[in-house]
Amino acid sequence: MILLAVAAIGLVLLPCLNAFVPASSFWHVSNFSINIYGKYLCYAVLALSVNLLWGYTGLLSLGQALFFTLGGYALGMHLMLMIGKLGQYKADIPDFMVFLEFPKRFPETGGLPPHWIPFKHFWFAIAAVVWVPALVAFIFGILAFRSRIKGVYFSILSQAVTYAACLMFFRNDFTFGGNNGLTDFKFLLGADVNSATTKRWLYVASGLLLLGVYLLCRWLTSTKFGLVQRAIRDSENRVLFSGYATANFKLFVFVLAAVIASLGGALYVPQVGIINPSEMAPDKSLEAVVWCAVGGRGTLIGPILGAITVNALKSYATRAFAEQWLYILGLLFILVVVFVPNGLVGIPGQLSRLRKKFTTRAQPAPAPTLAPTARLEPAAKE
Amino acid sequence: MKHFILTMEGVNKSFEGFKAIDDLNFYMDEGELRVIIGPNGAGKSTMLDLITGRTRPDSGKIEFGRDTDLTRLNEYRINRLGIGRKFQTPSVYVEHTVFENMWLSLEGTRSVWSTLAARISSSQRERLFEVLKIVGLAERPDQKAGVLSHGQKQWLEIGMLLAQNPRLLLVDEPAAGMTDEETARTGELLVSLAGRHSVIVIEHDMVFVRQIARRVTVLHQGHVLCEGNVDEVQNDERVIEVYLGRKKKAEAA
Repeated sequence: MILLAVAAIGLVLLPCLNAFVPASSFWHVSNFSINIYGKYLCYAVLALSVNLLWGYTGLLSLGQALFFTLGGYALGMHLMLMIGKLGQYKADIPDFMVFLEFPKRFPETGGLPPHWIPFKHFWFAIAAVVWVPALVAFIFGILAFRSRIKGVYFSILSQAVTYAACLMFFRNDFTFGGNNGLTDFKFLLGADVNSATTKRWLYVASGLLLLGVYLLCRWLTSTKFGLVQRAIRDSENRVLFSGYATANFKLFVFVLAAVIASLGGALYVPQVGIINPSEMAPDKSLEAVVWCAVGGRGTLIGPILGAITVNALKSYATRAFAEQWLYILGLLFILVVVFVPNGLVGIPGQLSRLRKKFTTRAQPAPAPTLAPTARLEPAAKE
Repeated sequence: MKHFILTMEGVNKSFEGFKAIDDLNFYMDEGELRVIIGPNGAGKSTMLDLITGRTRPDSGKIEFGRDTDLTRLNEYRINRLGIGRKFQTPSVYVEHTVFENMWLSLEGTRSVWSTLAARISSSQRERLFEVLKIVGLAERPDQKAGVLSHGQKQWLEIGMLLAQNPRLLLVDEPAAGMTDEETARTGELLVSLAGRHSVIVIEHDMVFVRQIARRVTVLHQGHVLCEGNVDEVQNDERVIEVYLGRKKKAEAA
């Protein structure tokens, strides 16, 4: 019920308030807001992917931003090719290719690197959003899980791979625009990518994606697979010695989480209008982990709440005190770990436990809950 | 010719120069309940590691049943052959309910795809509760395993092993941390399993060993020191030397 209400407000009411209520009205939701909210929803998708790994399988991946960015690049490449002759150089190829003298490097294709060519098709770009990160995750996963890399070593390795990819994408000759990345997008499926209508629909698409991913996670964790997942998190040896090939389970989750993060990244890029290698810098992956922890890892709603609250706070704080933002984030993480270990979603439970503590302390000689059974046992012996 | 359920011949294993297992020869009949004792560092747990595929021997033969070579298989494949292992410290899934712990252990397919669509059948449910009754946890299937007492966790883990219906059970110090009454009940349980299953128990507690043991193997410095029934073993000069040797020397000095 609550889910339905939240989905209705998010997916129908907000876009309607943006589209049909005059800007002068109190109830109007500005284009700027819709755009920001759309971004938050993509972050929430990323947070769910981190949670699937960390919260449910015990794999603290510090490289989810890599997959988020790969998805962004895959769609970004298509958007670059849709600019047509409207770029600064009025050329057939994206500006950075002219600027970096690609026509000399790839003369037979007029400057377009061969692997860019199929990205002219929207369907190919969407397919790449799925299979590229899936393939990367599969290769990384099979190497890491088969060699039984665990715990902190897995975290470090995932971060190292992400950093290596980041450095690679920074290079101009890697053909993805170097440190400027991909930007100046004009059209998506023939529509002006910067118009209010397109942004609104991108917001709705992000909401639908988030809803879909949420339902997928909810289903997955309810299956026996979900039980195995959490068993691996809590006692991997027991699972292994019970006949499960734990590496295969981890590989499956890792690939799935990569695809989820990538889909989020693909929708993120047209909304922010740029994708560059700094998106896969180590701190980006860490931020996603913080969202998870703040919201409540290992719960379905927590990461979504965490991603939205922390980013809302970030939007405010980076404007109000730009320099101190990272300290605020760090402090927030510490406070959560120390005082609300179960995150935002755990607060109601914590409060009710606190209240119980106080009320029982107020009463004289509280009867421990185990007392009846404790009294029964000696009687049974006699 | 007679066939053993487990054959270990000339097995060696060293860790960075330390010989944990030294020319070990061990044979066990189908349906037997065997107790392995030995001082600390005798190689008892390493022996279980070798059987279950956690470590591989440097040399030697480890065979299960007629001719299944265990030295080339990994943990989950060995488990699927029908070898179940209970760890020294109870390892159950603390965040799962008793029922879920058991369901994950029930025999059946273990592939990723099968778990995505798995539903528990009524015959599986029956079998699950049958085992829970044996280990005395049928009353509390919905309790989280983490809140069970230490002894109950040990039993739950034994139940999880039984649910796999293994041909060979390896049980590492099942009575550790149990009350006398719990220990006695655990002993009864293990004795009742012999015959239908083959059971290897590693134990320190000699009272417990007396209760359950038919045949005892004494391990010392990675080697079988002697084998026999409890009385034979306890009166064996070499065993007394190994267990009490230091005390004797201390007295002499």
